[in-house]
Amino acid sequence: MAVPELHRFKLDNGLRVVLAPDPTAPVVGVSVHYDVGFRSEPEGRTGFAHLFEHLMFQGSESLEKLAHFRHVQSSGGTFNGSTHPDYTDYYEVLPAAALERALFLEADRMRAPKLTQENLANQIDVVKEEIRLNVLNRPYGGFPWILLPPVLYSTFANAHNGYGDFVDLEQATLDDCAAFFDTFYAPANAVLTVAGDFEVDRARELVERHFGDVPFRPAPPRRSFAEPRPTEELRGHHTDPHAPLPALAVGYRMPDPVGELDAYLANLVLAGILTDGDGSRLQQRLVHRDAIVTDIGAGAGLFGPFEARDPDTFSITAIHAPDVTGDRVLKAIDEEIDLLAATPPDARELARVTSRWVAGMHSEHDRMVSRTLALGAFELLYGDASLVHGLADRFAAVTADDVAAAAKALRPDSRAVLVVQPEQGGSK
Amino acid sequence: MTAVERTDHRSAEEIGRTERGPRPVPPLGEQRAAADLSHVDTKLANGLRVLAVRKDTVPLVELRLSIPFAGTDPLHPATAEVLAETIITGTARRDRVAIDTELALIGGELSTVVDPERLAVSASALASGLPTLLDVLADLLTEASYADAEVARESARLIERLAIARTQPRTIAREALQRRRYGNHPATFEVPQAEDVAKVDPAGVRQLHADSVLPKNSTMVIVGDIDPEQVVADLERALSGWASDKAATVLPDLPELTGGDVLLVPRPGAVQSQLRLSAQALRRTDPRYAHLQLANLAYGGYFSSRLVENIREDKGYTYSAHSGFEFTGNSATLLVDADTATDVTAAALLETRYELARLGLVPPTADEVESVRQYAIGSLGISTSSQTGLAGQLSALAQAGLGFEWLAGHPERLAAVTAEEVAEAALDFFAPNRFTGVVVGDAETIGRRLQSLGGVTIGEV
Repeated sequence: MAVPELHRFKLDNGLRVVLAPDPTAPVVGVSVHYDVGFRSEPEGRTGFAHLFEHLMFQGSESLEKLAHFRHVQSSGGTFNGSTHPDYTDYYEVLPAAALERALFLEADRMRAPKLTQENLANQIDVVKEEIRLNVLNRPYGGFPWILLPPVLYSTFANAHNGYGDFVDLEQATLDDCAAFFDTFYAPANAVLTVAGDFEVDRARELVERHFGDVPFRPAPPRRSFAEPRPTEELRGHHTDPHAPLPALAVGYRMPDPVGELDAYLANLVLAGILTDGDGSRLQQRLVHRDAIVTDIGAGAGLFGPFEARDPDTFSITAIHAPDVTGDRVLKAIDEEIDLLAATPPDARELARVTSRWVAGMHSEHDRMVSRTLALGAFELLYGDASLVHGLADRFAAVTADDVAAAAKALRPDSRAVLVVQPEQGGSK
Repeated sequence: MTAVERTDHRSAEEIGRTERGPRPVPPLGEQRAAADLSHVDTKLANGLRVLAVRKDTVPLVELRLSIPFAGTDPLHPATAEVLAETIITGTARRDRVAIDTELALIGGELSTVVDPERLAVSASALASGLPTLLDVLADLLTEASYADAEVARESARLIERLAIARTQPRTIAREALQRRRYGNHPATFEVPQAEDVAKVDPAGVRQLHADSVLPKNSTMVIVGDIDPEQVVADLERALSGWASDKAATVLPDLPELTGGDVLLVPRPGAVQSQLRLSAQALRRTDPRYAHLQLANLAYGGYFSSRLVENIREDKGYTYSAHSGFEFTGNSATLLVDADTATDVTAAALLETRYELARLGLVPPTADEVESVRQYAIGSLGISTSSQTGLAGQLSALAQAGLGFEWLAGHPERLAAVTAEEVAEAALDFFAPNRFTGVVVGDAETIGRRLQSLGGVTIGEV
């Protein structure tokens, strides 16, 4: 396949722009990635980045509350936004005829969002319901993404709950919102991506027309979230009121996703070799041979790869029977990791992982929304959207020795172990 | 606030206005039609209906096989679930690791899922690996061995997963709704009982495969970087050994839904309640289907709907509220769902019913109708612009006896609907007394207020 065409440029106000034309279907994707995630939240304001994401949908100078949704949907489009450790994204996918409208909508809230007390109160309620739905009222809610970081990390930025505590959410003020917007939502702190069915020159002109007069504000200096790796095994416990079975999450620190991309990719291959499919090592050993876990998974990043800068987390999670101890599961995991560190995988084992990953990338990028978001995230985190297209080759170039080295780095004396126990008396 | 945040920031009010002031929303441009895709819709010699479509945006192929899989035996749901979990664990030629490895090397995935109506196989691979994918699939369909040890292990895992599923509020609510709507009809048993799974033996699974994994009445959709004619010929060859005189078992018709009290199902201590309301609707083949589709969108079928704007964006009672169609066999129903905070559950039910009534009495305006029309047409185009989306849409249509032509013609049907037709559909199908349903939540806290609304019964289903 030909490498897709990409056009990258920067407006005078600092907004970085990625255009990725593709005429195969009359559909466009538009996204804006802001360089702020929940690791940037002020202390005492847990969940604020996500709450703010909700507020950005609540109206702007040209658009009343609810108008954003109505304009996207009455144009035949879909929309959403999401908050990650190191960025927040907003996106729409629409019929190609609605491209200018989508650019207008994103520009208007970048220039002048309407932040009101009433909307803030309403969205605090909505976010609390989101947390009840996804965390408080369900088994394994927040496992492991909310529960593991406070065991593995010690700084507020890395360890706190990105969904937020109700007490913090309720205390958020309109002035906090204003300060947050002026600091982080500057055009110079954002990437605009347009993918799909459009003419490049026309799109460039529309981007200039709608975003060109968003005033420049300096991007905030990028903070480092670095902290030392653990020097011992750290342990945490959580009692889950809904879970019927015990669970285990193991967290390790990883190579810098941006500065050490190839070593990071070796960790992705490692995750595939450990848990991807019935033929993977941990599935064979723990699910099928020893039969001590119901399910097991490993991966880079607590929501998936390529969505955080350093430090990032490699995690292994398992749900297991009550008559099996967590330490027994842990011991079996350690044995398999040691084995892999000592005897690198063979070519066929590598090919299994690589082929599935390449197919998965194709499939992901066949969906307009995923492709648009991937281009924007790579431009923001790596400074180069075109890396998306080279990733499969770099992934395939990971060697057996790289994987063995990655396995060797998953050390028991530098990790976090989170044990989840059902509440006494079982589930309710 | 940390040092990074600006201390000289503007106020919220200053941020919300510019010197130039509000600007007009740009008009829509000219919309190009989607490309016409080459396709074949045919039946193989063994009776399997195949719908193959060339869509070469990425070098992949997506496959969806759907086999009607109803049964009345009390152990059927459990046996079917074990079958779905173990069909990929080995054949005469391949063990489970060999199957996974062969699929992995072609970038392939294959998964199975069963419900009271169908056994569904979803698979994908690099298009270059299609011969291998078809070979593995044919092997599973004709030679799955259900080894004793695999059946025992997968049954044990399934029992553990069922324990987790039955603590999920949405599963609890779904089971309660199904019983409320359909009593003991086979459609009710979507999640088997753990004690039934424990009784399933390998011989029973093998028997179910022999009796029920059959090509007649089944459908297959293949979408991707393929030549449709060639794929049909390849399938004819690959699946020649999958044959039977019998036809796959179709679910008996569901009873017509009539309105009734909402049943409050207690879940002590719950911090959130699940609201689930349902009423009879229309099949896709009904001339009024497009009318009702638009009425449903206006009610709760998309974010800009009356229900979402009321109970989420105005009142903050919920994170998610939604209404949509469910198609089962020859039946179609509307399903309204919302998860709400415990202390506003009764108020949320009141507003949900209010919007049901209002849709008929104060029907969608011309603007509302235009909005849902564009959304229906646009989102259909977006969802079918990827291989997976198109394969999923076509698979659902094929199961309903429809095909590519229905999909291609639907934008036109939506374009032709009048506001009067939407209003008629709203009045006929959204009247609150046509609905029945359940609320699952902390009865001690919400019971009194819910009962004050009327039309609510408390108790187990």
